[in-house]
Amino acid sequence: MAAIEQDTAVRTSLVTRIFIYGILLIFLAFYLMPLFVMVANSLKPLAEITGGNMMALPRQWTLDPWRSAWSTAQIGVEPTGLRPYFINSILMVVPAVVISTILGALNGYVLTKWTFRGDKIIFGLLLFSCFIPFQIVLIPMATVLGQLGLAGSIPGLVLVHVVYGIGFSTLYFRNYYAAFPTELVRAAMIDGAGFFRIFWRIMLPVSGPIIVVTVIWQFTNIWNDFLFGASFGGRNQPMTVALNNLVQSSTGVKEYNVHFAGAILAALPTLIVYIVAGRYFVRGLMAGSVKG
Amino acid sequence: MGFLDIRNVTKSYGAVEVLHRVDISVQEGEFLVLVGPSGCGKSTLLNMIAGLEGISSGEIAIKGRVMNGVHPSKRNIAMVFQSYALYPNMTVAQNITFGLEMHGTPKAERQAALEKVGKLLQIEGLLNRKPGQLSGGQRQRVAMGRALVRDPDVFLFDEPLSNLDAKLRVDMRTEIKKLHEKLKTTIVYVTHDQIEALTLSTRIAVMYKGYVQQLGTPKEIYDAPANVYVATFMGSPAMNVIPAKVVVQDGTPHAQIKDANGADHMLKFSQPNLVSWAGRDILLGIRPEAITDPESADRNSGNIVRLRNRVGVTEPAGADTFVTLELGGKDVTARMRADVTVRSGQDFEFAINMEKAVAFDPKTEDRIRP
Repeated sequence: MAAIEQDTAVRTSLVTRIFIYGILLIFLAFYLMPLFVMVANSLKPLAEITGGNMMALPRQWTLDPWRSAWSTAQIGVEPTGLRPYFINSILMVVPAVVISTILGALNGYVLTKWTFRGDKIIFGLLLFSCFIPFQIVLIPMATVLGQLGLAGSIPGLVLVHVVYGIGFSTLYFRNYYAAFPTELVRAAMIDGAGFFRIFWRIMLPVSGPIIVVTVIWQFTNIWNDFLFGASFGGRNQPMTVALNNLVQSSTGVKEYNVHFAGAILAALPTLIVYIVAGRYFVRGLMAGSVKG
Repeated sequence: MGFLDIRNVTKSYGAVEVLHRVDISVQEGEFLVLVGPSGCGKSTLLNMIAGLEGISSGEIAIKGRVMNGVHPSKRNIAMVFQSYALYPNMTVAQNITFGLEMHGTPKAERQAALEKVGKLLQIEGLLNRKPGQLSGGQRQRVAMGRALVRDPDVFLFDEPLSNLDAKLRVDMRTEIKKLHEKLKTTIVYVTHDQIEALTLSTRIAVMYKGYVQQLGTPKEIYDAPANVYVATFMGSPAMNVIPAKVVVQDGTPHAQIKDANGADHMLKFSQPNLVSWAGRDILLGIRPEAITDPESADRNSGNIVRLRNRVGVTEPAGADTFVTLELGGKDVTARMRADVTVRSGQDFEFAINMEKAVAFDPKTEDRIRP
């Protein structure tokens, strides 16, 4: 009796499994298709794309489109490739992410552990800033940057992204710290630790997961931003704007293979952040879940 | 003037006063327990002593120095929290020495203090572990170690045992008592558990609704409760409070009470001044252990009153058997020895030790003092 039941169970589960894996494979192929097209075509000479099939593997493998996209392609009027703009993006993203994350953590710390009269209103206003569309602030922002003498510069872009990022990073940290026991802060106060000492020694060491979440969020948003980069970048435009200038150029031959390579280059850093930090994120969640 | 003085301290949140004119003076080496139900203001008072909450009016002084507005770390106090509040990212050793480190104690001294405390609390083997790897009882020890290492003037305990299971709680209670007797430190201890209050303290402050209802030694609190609230809160099962009428016979006051069958009983008081209450209603307070079978009645008592009454239910509880009976329209609990032969519904002769009885004014619920 039991053996029969077991047989049935195994047979059903095998059919189900084939079904599930089949569906999953179809979805996988569907999601990977764009990446495949991009990678495959970025490794072909242009003639193979214009004269052949977008879906085919390269007959003649070449890295020239990548080299061209990186260092020699025509961006706007200069044949500089994407390299200088990539560097611009890095110079913009790293400080903007670091500063907005630190400020968000400090805000979250103050709003949960050093509450003051009106803290809820302040938090509400910060939350409100998350919902302001980018377009609305373009003109006021331009005025402010002009008055600060930061127009068309990388520090200007950093400022814009920090201001925009604080809302979200504060939200993340506040909610994370709200669940953090206040008794620990009180214990540290009695032990003689001050405001920053408690933050540095007690709060930050347990903030790993939320730091990773914030960094992923901020990095992706700031790296992928086009509007602020195009509006306030001036001569120091970020990668997204440069990619647009590369792909949308209305003169000359459309070098699709170079465009594909450039697009991958532009997407690469966020991809790396996800792959590297995503693992720490999961690890952080696991560490949190087994605490007593 | 005491070692720790709480003078006329109040606490208000906006217009709401949650703590009213608390006045307690604690001597050096005393173990003061603040006990009361949740929301009575006991933790607020403790946090005010610690400096974690502001004082709305009045003064708190330690060793004669007024502490209003002094930062918690500069009051030379240490606190053990209900959740232990161990820093999760630090090892046990780092947890214990964090306070010393913040106060700039040299490393060699910190190490010596750590070893001393580790030995005292028998946690030497745990020093390199993280709090997450410890059991509840071990965390409790570490939390106490963190307080002890500072060698403070006053220890503050905020319900330190309420997160432990029942057996461990009793063990740790004994350990805290031993520790206090060994170190002779001044302790203020907050709990809602009246057994903890009675066993640990040298003095108890029973708090309710923001007032200190009574301040006294465990014996005073138990035998001479100031009002009905203290009487029923302290002691388990609670003191029986029975409506009665004072009747004077032969010049001595008696409590007139109806039993389950509707018959009147006269219980002679040992408190002569109740004569002035003749003809008036009072509340009679009798502890369960003062109602027994005649054989177990206290032989040293000069005033045992016997009465026959119907037994309600019996509840064998191992060491004791609790027997309920109806007196004055109320269910009254009697505490008898475990092997007493009594069945529910039976007519039984009870012995009431009226020397231990107390009387309350039914209007104010305050005790009528002898």
